[in-house]
Amino acid sequence: MKPAPFKYIAASSLDHALSLKAEHGDEARFLAGGQSLVPAMNFRLARPAVVIDINGLDDLAGIDHGPTIRVGALTRYCALEQDNGFLRSCPLFADALPHIAHPQIRNRGTIGGNLSHADPASELPAVAVAMEARMRLKSAGGERQLATSEFFQGSLTTDLAADEMLVDVEFPALPPLSGSCFMEVARRRGDFAIAGVAAIVTLDTEGRYAKVRLALCGVGETPFDASEAAASLIGEPCTDRPIKAAAAAIQAAIEPAGNVHASADYQRHLAGVLAQRAIRTAYQRAANAA
Amino acid sequence: MQPDRHEISVSVNGTPYRRSIESRMLLSDFLRHDLLLAGTHVGCEHGVCGACTVLLDGAPIRSCLMLAVQANGHELSTIEGLASNAGELSPVQKAMHDHHGLQCGYCTPGILMTMTAFLKQNPQPSEDEVREVLSGNLCRCTGYQHIVDAMMAAAQAMRAAAP
Amino acid sequence: MTTRFFGAPVKRNEDRKLLTGQALFIDDVELPGMLHAAFLRSQAAHARIARIDVSRALQRPGVVAVYTADDYGDYWQRGPLLVPPPPIPGSVFNLRTQVPLAKDKVRHVGEPLAVVVAESRYIAEDALDDIDVDLEPLPAVIDLEAALRPGSALVHDDLGSNVSAHVHQSKGDYRAAAANAHLVIKRRFAYEHGISSTIETRGVVAHWEARSQHMTIWDTTQAPVFVRNGLAAVLGLGERQVRVIAPFVGGGFGPKIMMFYPEEVALPWISMRLNRPVKWIEDRLEHFFATTHERGQIHDAEIAVAHDGRILGVKDVFLHDGGAYDPYGLTVPINSQCTLLGPYVVPAYDSTFTAVFTNLPIVTPYRGAGRQHGVFVIERLLDLAAHELNIDPAEIRRRNLIPADAFPYKNGIIYQDFSVLEYDSGNYEPVLDQALQAIDYSGFRQEQEKLRAQGRHVGIGIACYVEGTGIGPYEGAKVQVQANGKVSVATGIGTQGQGHFTSFAQIVADQLGVDVTDVDIVTGDTDQFYWGAGTFASRGAVVAGNAVNEASRAVRQKALKLASDAFECAEEDLVLADGKISIVGIPEKFLSLGELARRANPMRGAVKPGTEPGLESTQYFGPPSGATANGVHAMIVEVDPDTFDIRILKYVVVHDCGTVINPLILEGQIHGGVAQGIGNAFYEKLVFDDQGQLLNASLADYLLPTALDVPRMQLGHTVTPSPLNPLGIKGAGEAGAIPVGPLFAQAIEDALQLKEKNVELLEIPLSPSRIFELIKASVP
Repeated sequence: MKPAPFKYIAASSLDHALSLKAEHGDEARFLAGGQSLVPAMNFRLARPAVVIDINGLDDLAGIDHGPTIRVGALTRYCALEQDNGFLRSCPLFADALPHIAHPQIRNRGTIGGNLSHADPASELPAVAVAMEARMRLKSAGGERQLATSEFFQGSLTTDLAADEMLVDVEFPALPPLSGSCFMEVARRRGDFAIAGVAAIVTLDTEGRYAKVRLALCGVGETPFDASEAAASLIGEPCTDRPIKAAAAAIQAAIEPAGNVHASADYQRHLAGVLAQRAIRTAYQRAANAA
Repeated sequence: MQPDRHEISVSVNGTPYRRSIESRMLLSDFLRHDLLLAGTHVGCEHGVCGACTVLLDGAPIRSCLMLAVQANGHELSTIEGLASNAGELSPVQKAMHDHHGLQCGYCTPGILMTMTAFLKQNPQPSEDEVREVLSGNLCRCTGYQHIVDAMMAAAQAMRAAAP
Repeated sequence: MTTRFFGAPVKRNEDRKLLTGQALFIDDVELPGMLHAAFLRSQAAHARIARIDVSRALQRPGVVAVYTADDYGDYWQRGPLLVPPPPIPGSVFNLRTQVPLAKDKVRHVGEPLAVVVAESRYIAEDALDDIDVDLEPLPAVIDLEAALRPGSALVHDDLGSNVSAHVHQSKGDYRAAAANAHLVIKRRFAYEHGISSTIETRGVVAHWEARSQHMTIWDTTQAPVFVRNGLAAVLGLGERQVRVIAPFVGGGFGPKIMMFYPEEVALPWISMRLNRPVKWIEDRLEHFFATTHERGQIHDAEIAVAHDGRILGVKDVFLHDGGAYDPYGLTVPINSQCTLLGPYVVPAYDSTFTAVFTNLPIVTPYRGAGRQHGVFVIERLLDLAAHELNIDPAEIRRRNLIPADAFPYKNGIIYQDFSVLEYDSGNYEPVLDQALQAIDYSGFRQEQEKLRAQGRHVGIGIACYVEGTGIGPYEGAKVQVQANGKVSVATGIGTQGQGHFTSFAQIVADQLGVDVTDVDIVTGDTDQFYWGAGTFASRGAVVAGNAVNEASRAVRQKALKLASDAFECAEEDLVLADGKISIVGIPEKFLSLGELARRANPMRGAVKPGTEPGLESTQYFGPPSGATANGVHAMIVEVDPDTFDIRILKYVVVHDCGTVINPLILEGQIHGGVAQGIGNAFYEKLVFDDQGQLLNASLADYLLPTALDVPRMQLGHTVTPSPLNPLGIKGAGEAGAIPVGPLFAQAIEDALQLKEKNVELLEIPLSPSRIFELIKASVP
């Protein structure tokens, strides 16, 4: 399990990295944390001819706490975990980050690498969808910003062009009276989710659901935006019936495929169970915040 | 294609090394077979088992998921650097011995490196926290109980020794 | 002799090397000019080999050689039969052992087709891609029942069927027992075991030195002496020309004892051919196909019980998946067959098994070695009977235990060691009592009601088992006092973490009155000790431990004799302690063991006829048959009724493995066994598709339990010494792993009250998804 040969170039600047990518296109891969790319190279499932190491590009790492929170693509999980201000603004991360593998992986893995890898069972794509994140893509020729629905195209597939890099992710601040919750079921701590749910609930002053953002991981080809399926909650009080109805609508909307750890039916079942639990917890947290 | 080679400088356990390596050389292989620091073990080469854990600038990482060329200019710590120069075992090593925290000893280097870094940052961990961190290192022999006992004892010893 | 160390929780001698990164494991062997091998492995489970073209690979810079089966010439031989089948009348055994490189056809995914030798492993792997292989796919034989139907594809064409073995054993008259029974319960059970997944994979380094005509082989084997003898024979060398070293080995658990793995055959041959040292280290992906497994059995079993729950008889017909080849004879299925009887009085037993060839990797013993399968069947049958008869699960077990005065207890059928299955000793009821007390069995039932009222789903399980351990044939040990007073011990077994450097040292230290740290143990080096069988079947401590004891006693006698001659006094007047022999009451008058060792090898003068020089002795020990250990596990589990995920709230093991040498090491063995048992019961499953492709060949998808999945365990011990060896030891290596499957099934059924829903957990491994599916299927 040794990587096939490749040419290694440590990018000296973002422009350098982008011009290299423009030159080599699909033959080249950016190396950020390497926690998905290197195993794939060790298995020889990935055989890039050129590896562009962007770890030296400090400008790509870091969290901008402005009115919109902007996280550089090279920001490592451990940096997110250790930034209390960020975790307060984006509490879904506080729930989700501990589910990502183990500390040794979180010391290297980056948010940009995770989202660009677009593993549908991974936690952060669902978190990004629930938070209505905006992804900024850059190439030597320019830049564009995409919604998650545009960014995530399929399993391990994004809208990133061969010459583009995801450079940062913007998370809009949560409205007042909001609470959130991420939960998942995996076979072991740190494994990819069999099913996971990220929920953000915003209440009106009467304690009814004003807005519900819901996204699932592990149950389809991309992170699944279940907000529409959960829209029936809007205007309802926090009682069992509407939550169950929303969960049923989510179960009907998703198309899990099953895998070696779980049947599709079990995944669907879990999606319903976790959606209910996550909505309740998010609601409770929103109510506590009020 | 000619092998893509690079000159790198790293410090391992305080000793500087300068080597020319092929870009695809994994850090784990570099440490083991180039520097002959074979105490770092390789178990899976896909980042799951944790046997190859070393410290990169003080933080535990999987050396099988990093290219040696990426370590250029960085400081690494491995199991060979844990005991004092006089051969005195570190508190974590000693506790593993006292509590029979190792059997075949193959996963042990990764566990020592992970837990050494963890206990430095968390001097008073609960058993649950120890298990949580330890869950990134697979051990097939011990069932973990004696390792957990050892880590609780090591934490206590380190607290007692702290000024 | 004082017993200062024997029985004490002595810390391990071997730890320091391991804790400082100084222990030599196979991949740490570095030799000048060393080459690296990589194997091209079949992607298909069953296919005819139309063509292998290695010419492109040979042209790659850095590639030194590429070999296929044709290159081996006469060296191409099938592996030997490692364990001949026991002499059971009427049994069928069709011997088809593995081949060193596939020729004509491949029989499982991962079977090696060619080997590349290159200047680095990286280049060797590059060159694998350069080899052009045409495989013509054949229908894969995967399903055990389909494999036996007429018209099935054949794993071995010349055999005419896929039957590897067929064995019937019985005692008593089951038919009569069933006819008189109050109740007969019949079910189908499926039990899958997994792969050992040692954290260190396998490896071989071979170094042929042409000048000295000598071969050194470092090998992660559990049986170095057998590997030496076997390889010397096939290489055309004398045994003295071959040295096999099993260095520190990163876990064994059974699969590291095979003869031969294709890589063990290839590397020495390549080294001789190229006259350079060659290394091969199995990578994790290879480990899933190239190291042997233990896998499935399907049992159609029935139990006949009286109204009070007493067992009248058991009938079992089962299929055993042996994989593509059967070098281990009947070992695994016969362990299942024999261990099913458990600690219970089973007056009538009728058991038939068919071992089946499939297009899957080879099955050989892995910790437990088929015992789990049998224990699962009998324990589940007892649970079903208890439910039908409305008897408590613990009580039905108690009523059937073999009474203490019935030992030695003959079970009348033939065991894997060729002898009639006989439990040498035991006292089972106190073990059950202690386990029930430790888990607070009666208190739990009240607690359970309370928790259920709170909506919590907690359940309890209890499972009993016996384990045949410490089988022959023999082991030996050489104990030698050196002039510096330190004691050197060599034995032929290999060690993979069992603490032999300490437990054997404890035995020696007590006999020779030295400190345990002054005893240096060498295992696994055939130049240090010439004879032996290996580390398997929970036998290291029992068989080699007793050999070490015999040799130490002989050295002790020699030392006392020498000292009595020197002091001109009777041996009874001497004390051996603290590394010296002194006269009773005159401690200042002494001779150190080192000095005695020097005197035992004089430069001048005459020695008496018959005197052997040196303060050393080599002794062998072979038990008449295996010693039977036993135990009870109990567990309380909480199940999330919606996600079906579990949390183990309490885990108890009470165990009797006779006399204990080192309780600390014993605890470690039990803990590790239970962890592997938990993996087997709830996490680890090799998922093959119907083409024989393994769908989860990575540690991300083959789930080894982590520190969060294995609970804190509470251990208890009782001691019933074995009469079969002077130290009274029984083996303990496999015990922890054996009864965990039925424990999970029982506790989860209890937690979710599945009986009331007509759901029965009759298979292992379980998983949340599987439990969900079984419950779903039961709802009409």
